[in-house]
Amino acid sequence: MTDPKHYRKHTLSLLVENHQGVLAKIASLIAAKGYNIDSLSVAETMDPTVSRMTMSVRGDEWVMEQVVKQFHRIIDVIKVVDLTDEPHVNREMIFIRVNAEPANRAEILRITEIFRGRIVDVTPTTYTLEVTGEEGKVQAMLELLQPFGIQEIVRSGTLAIARGSKTVPKRDESRLRVAGRKQAVAE
Amino acid sequence: MRLTGSEIFMKCLQAEGVHTIFGYPGGAILHGYDVMLDYPLRHILVRHEQVAIHAVEGFYKASGKTGTAIVTSGPGATNTITGLTDALMDSMAIVVFTGQVPTAVMGCDAFQEADVVGTTRTCTKHNFLASKTEDLPQIIKEAYYIARSGRPGPVLVDLPKDIIMGRAEFKGYPEEVSIRGYNPSVNGHPGQIRKAAELIASARRPVIYGGGGIIHADASAEFTELVNLTQIPTTLTLMGLGALDTSHPLWLGMLGMHGTYTANMCMAHADLIIAIGPRFDDRVTGKLSEFGKNAKIIHVDIDPTSIRKNVHVDVPIVGDVKRVLTQLNAELKKVKRDWRTELAEWHGQIAEWQRTHPLTYYQHPEGRIKPQYAIDQIYQVTEEHDPIISTGVGQHQMWAAQYYRARHPRRWLTSGGLGTMGFGFPAALGAQAAFPDKLVIDIDGDGSFQMTMQDLITCVQYNLPVKIFIINNKYLGMVRQWQQLFYGKRYSQVDLEIQPDFVRLAEAFSAVGLRAERSGDVKPIIEKAISTPGPVVVDVVCEREENCFPIIPAGCAIKDIIEAGDPIPEKLFQGWR
Repeated sequence: MTDPKHYRKHTLSLLVENHQGVLAKIASLIAAKGYNIDSLSVAETMDPTVSRMTMSVRGDEWVMEQVVKQFHRIIDVIKVVDLTDEPHVNREMIFIRVNAEPANRAEILRITEIFRGRIVDVTPTTYTLEVTGEEGKVQAMLELLQPFGIQEIVRSGTLAIARGSKTVPKRDESRLRVAGRKQAVAE
Repeated sequence: MRLTGSEIFMKCLQAEGVHTIFGYPGGAILHGYDVMLDYPLRHILVRHEQVAIHAVEGFYKASGKTGTAIVTSGPGATNTITGLTDALMDSMAIVVFTGQVPTAVMGCDAFQEADVVGTTRTCTKHNFLASKTEDLPQIIKEAYYIARSGRPGPVLVDLPKDIIMGRAEFKGYPEEVSIRGYNPSVNGHPGQIRKAAELIASARRPVIYGGGGIIHADASAEFTELVNLTQIPTTLTLMGLGALDTSHPLWLGMLGMHGTYTANMCMAHADLIIAIGPRFDDRVTGKLSEFGKNAKIIHVDIDPTSIRKNVHVDVPIVGDVKRVLTQLNAELKKVKRDWRTELAEWHGQIAEWQRTHPLTYYQHPEGRIKPQYAIDQIYQVTEEHDPIISTGVGQHQMWAAQYYRARHPRRWLTSGGLGTMGFGFPAALGAQAAFPDKLVIDIDGDGSFQMTMQDLITCVQYNLPVKIFIINNKYLGMVRQWQQLFYGKRYSQVDLEIQPDFVRLAEAFSAVGLRAERSGDVKPIIEKAISTPGPVVVDVVCEREENCFPIIPAGCAIKDIIEAGDPIPEKLFQGWR
């Protein structure tokens, strides 16, 4: 029914109850069902009783339908939206500690400039850079810096927000299009 | 009014309408048990916590009322895991309260401490850790609401000792509950219902495939109306048995691995499968790529995750089975179609299958007892009493499903999804506690019964007159059958010839023990057992190597069905050589 060849990356935005054990519930589900999670980020929202999770998951339409439904089944999950095919902005932040020999320092600075990155720490032999962007940009930056010798990277995982004035509401479940539930959602 | 957590707990149980609790006390839950003495609750002290959970499952399934169990921390709580998983798989509305060590020492490996909320995360529908005494009413209200609404399931509430001993203002039990992440759909989408009705009205070879959802939704009347209205032949899953009277002319028998030839052929040849509250378990579908290849599928289920989980569905309808069937029947009543004439060819084909491939066994008049015969006789003798039947897991369970012919909903208790051996007897115990005056029969295996038989003493203590029939072949019969059919008859660890004398065992528990050894004994012994007051254990000594047929071997397509006497294809050999 499903073939990993046709998997693509989906960005899910979840609103969940902000209390103990909720992240563990989500993690248990991911592990139990064997979903392919690329990244996951969690933080409190404006409403301190609610947290937002942004998740990158690989799957085809059939897998994603199950992922979304399974997350919905967790009682502490308030809302799940697949932003992938909706207009949205997504960003990732990355810290890169790269070897910076005197001969290479200028070139590294130039690359950082082109990618609108910043140097956040300097030692006699290294630079630590901060870059924010879409996945492709971050990947390109990493490839360019590879020849100098990357010592360490730290990535935030993808964050995403829908474009326009619509917010992902806390309630009002049935209105917002939820991925894969097009036909299944009852009134 | 400032009350202790335990008092609040008991008041909430009363407000929830709980009268019967199954449980086992211990250190961390002592305070609750102390307060319980002052409340008019019937507590049934089991002898093992696993039994408490299966008993509340039986209590729920038989009565439709949410079951309640209380156990202590650590081992008390971990002994409930099998039952919780069983309840999750078979959608049983139960609430389990576990004691917990005081919050101050949680995480410090205290005596009888276990991370119960962590351990039960994946085997409950939802679980709670009470962290403030004043939260208890809200938590208990939500626990019962979650357990019984939507797709029913087990909910666990972990109660640390200091929380139940602490005091808080009790403002009464909440009347309403609103959980923002939990809004189960109830009504089916009208557009989807119309689409379903159109498909049903134009199908030439339709089949109705009903599941446990009909029982949970108390929708067997609406279900029967659908069958009568459309004249569509109907099969049920193991969990759905009882949703349609087995004397109904359109009844095909159970489907699946050990279902009837006709029911399975109908599924394989149908052009429309109308699935009402099942979940397309692998024991039903067989090989997925072959399942329903030429059929459109309508699937009604309250749990959206069940839809399109295993098979492609053309018309999904999320909603409560009872409501959806009411809507669907109303829609179908508008259809002008002479159902009987239009489906005559299909009915003819089915009658032909039924004539050429009936469910049969042969009982030699002087030979050893055939298990099928024993169960058939139990049915013949007891059917007029409308008894509640429970089973263990294995061959006897499948024979009971085939030959007991459960006629009414909530009369058939069995562990379907998890296949938990040892389920039958405790489930019967729980059902008997819900219906003290009803005939409750456990059709058990010798292997299954030995897993939980210690609780015979609980039946004696509380005068729960369960009648237990052990279909005794002195083997782990189903495993032996697979070893015979698929592993070249190399029997590995299935011989239970060394076993207790079940008659004397019953007597040791102050119950009554009976034994049937020849086919002529069967009927009089059954009559004697059901007319004897109190719990009775009947050891039905059966033919040892009888096999359960038909069988669709695991992973095979429906057309690969093997009936009694058929050769076993070489490709099914899984053993070592």
